[in-house]
Amino acid sequence: MTQLREQVGPYFGEFGGRFVPESLIAALDELESTYNAAKADPSFVLELAELHKNYTGRPSIITEAKRFASLAGDIRVFLKREDLNHTGSHKINNVLGQALLAKRMGKTRIIAETGAGQHGVASATAAALFGLECVVYMGEVDTERQALNVARMKLLGATVVAVKTGSRTLKDAINEALRDWVTNVENTHYLLGTVAGPHPFPTMVRDFHSVIGNEARAQMLSDFGTLPTVVAACVGGGSNAIGIFHAFLDDQDVRLLGFEAAGDGMGTPRHAATLNYGKPGVLHGARSYMLQDEDGQTLESHSISAGLDYPGVGPEHSWLKDLGRAEYRGISDDEAMQALRLLSQTEGIIPAIETAHALAGVLKLGKELAPGSSVLVNLSGRGDKDMETAARYFGLLGD
Amino acid sequence: MSKVEAAFAANKAAGKDTLIGYFPLGFPTLSESVEAAVAMAEGGVDILELGVPYSDPVMDGPVIQEATELSLANGFKLRQTFDAVKEVSERTGVPVLVMTYWNPVMQFGVQKFAEALKQAGGAGMITPDLIPDEAAEWLAAADQYDLDRVFLAAPTSSAERIQNAAELSRGFVYAVSTMGITGARDEVDSLARGVVSAVRDTDVQANVAVGIGISTGEQASAVNDYADGAIIGSVFVRAYSQGGLPELKRIVAEIESKMNKGRK
Repeated sequence: MTQLREQVGPYFGEFGGRFVPESLIAALDELESTYNAAKADPSFVLELAELHKNYTGRPSIITEAKRFASLAGDIRVFLKREDLNHTGSHKINNVLGQALLAKRMGKTRIIAETGAGQHGVASATAAALFGLECVVYMGEVDTERQALNVARMKLLGATVVAVKTGSRTLKDAINEALRDWVTNVENTHYLLGTVAGPHPFPTMVRDFHSVIGNEARAQMLSDFGTLPTVVAACVGGGSNAIGIFHAFLDDQDVRLLGFEAAGDGMGTPRHAATLNYGKPGVLHGARSYMLQDEDGQTLESHSISAGLDYPGVGPEHSWLKDLGRAEYRGISDDEAMQALRLLSQTEGIIPAIETAHALAGVLKLGKELAPGSSVLVNLSGRGDKDMETAARYFGLLGD
Repeated sequence: MSKVEAAFAANKAAGKDTLIGYFPLGFPTLSESVEAAVAMAEGGVDILELGVPYSDPVMDGPVIQEATELSLANGFKLRQTFDAVKEVSERTGVPVLVMTYWNPVMQFGVQKFAEALKQAGGAGMITPDLIPDEAAEWLAAADQYDLDRVFLAAPTSSAERIQNAAELSRGFVYAVSTMGITGARDEVDSLARGVVSAVRDTDVQANVAVGIGISTGEQASAVNDYADGAIIGSVFVRAYSQGGLPELKRIVAEIESKMNKGRK
């Protein structure tokens, strides 16, 4: 049997591809060939590794969450601390890789989309580091609920464009970034922040994030003497999930669990649970599961978490779902917020609301797993950016 | 020869410029969009492109985005495409192409969509986000139902890709005049000439029409000096937004009067 880990685009089974205007094909071809050359170039690999070590602070540690685990049942919970990376989430892994590629291609301007603002902040950070012009597209709704991250991006020197079309969230920010790219492709690299989009993005972004799982797998074996029973992560577009899943794809005994945003709850119409309720279709350049009506019009997603509020998902996740290799469940806004508070109060770690979906999933999972099982969770981001939402949700402000 | 190819050939034989006009279906309502398309044909548009409104139109600028958003808000349904194509074709005799992003067709079923389009008397389909590389199902369906398929050629396309687009297109090749999205521009990019001549350099005798950014009759006429036709969209949509059917008719007449349509 071929190794699942070796799968590369353009297709993951029936998913993936390049469903974009012809005007962008030359740029995608250039990106693919630049990436392939860079991967094989020791100087690129070394430069990225040094940035990881001396700028991001990799490897990220693993923290065993004993008090939190006791709430979940008789299991052990291990947190892969991507929240401790520079800029506060896993997003920096991919951004540094792509920024180096942008420089290799001689591009002087990067554009990015962002939902929660984490990818926008990471992109603005890399642009500052490498002296690139940076424009970040962000849905107007998200600029309001993530105002602090907008300020961070501006402070870092980026221009933030509030997107006022469609649902005014992540999906529309991607549309606007694609329109910018079609227009300015000569000097601009589109620094896509997730494992969606046209080939080569799903493969390339996955590769840049696979450092998470590669480190975690080795750390579990060396520090704890075992592979985890389950690897868990939240899934919006799916970058942090694929990043930690990838190293374990061929470990048959390790279960892979992704937790999607179920918004008001599973079974309600307001959610972002694409892999649970979507159908295969084309959105943002790739064939994958997506939320859509019978006419193929994209449906609006809903989640308290801006980073998971997306009606599409990366094609590799669609493939892993159909293969049965990974399993995807939904977590409601309320479940995620409770888990956010529980981790804060049992471990002294405030997670991002996105990440809290995975933690809520682990709390439920604890009741299903055999005693002594272990769960490795990708703690993909820290919650500082979510303080306003959390303060409102829990009524922590005012008199 | 397809209906679209016949329209190019007839104009060529008569020494006339060719104008291809876009209008979005369901804007502002289905019946009004049908009347608008009929008026465009009666005003001298040679080939019609009826646009299927889509939630995520990444190739379109603000004018067409706003129009198609309104169409969807007013309840446009994909099935209405075929009724509209049928009515416009029958009332005008002008070849009607459907311009659509790919997901609606994929969800409807490529084969089924082609069959319904043929039954409605449609001439074929323009697919802005479907490159020939991903189009196997559509290539087969277009052959089976004898429909035109229009692929795009861009200023950044390699010679090999342009050869492929020219070979696989039928009706015409859509030469993207500029790097960017739909919308009127003051100048039609000089890149357009390069794309057209690249299509001419292939070993395929394909018609080439230039689109994106054309806003005046003068530009449309100038494009016809080196291409087989000019495509105008946003200007018509903006005219309708501003002054309804009368303004649309006025702008069609104005553009027509500046083109060499054989009545000089």
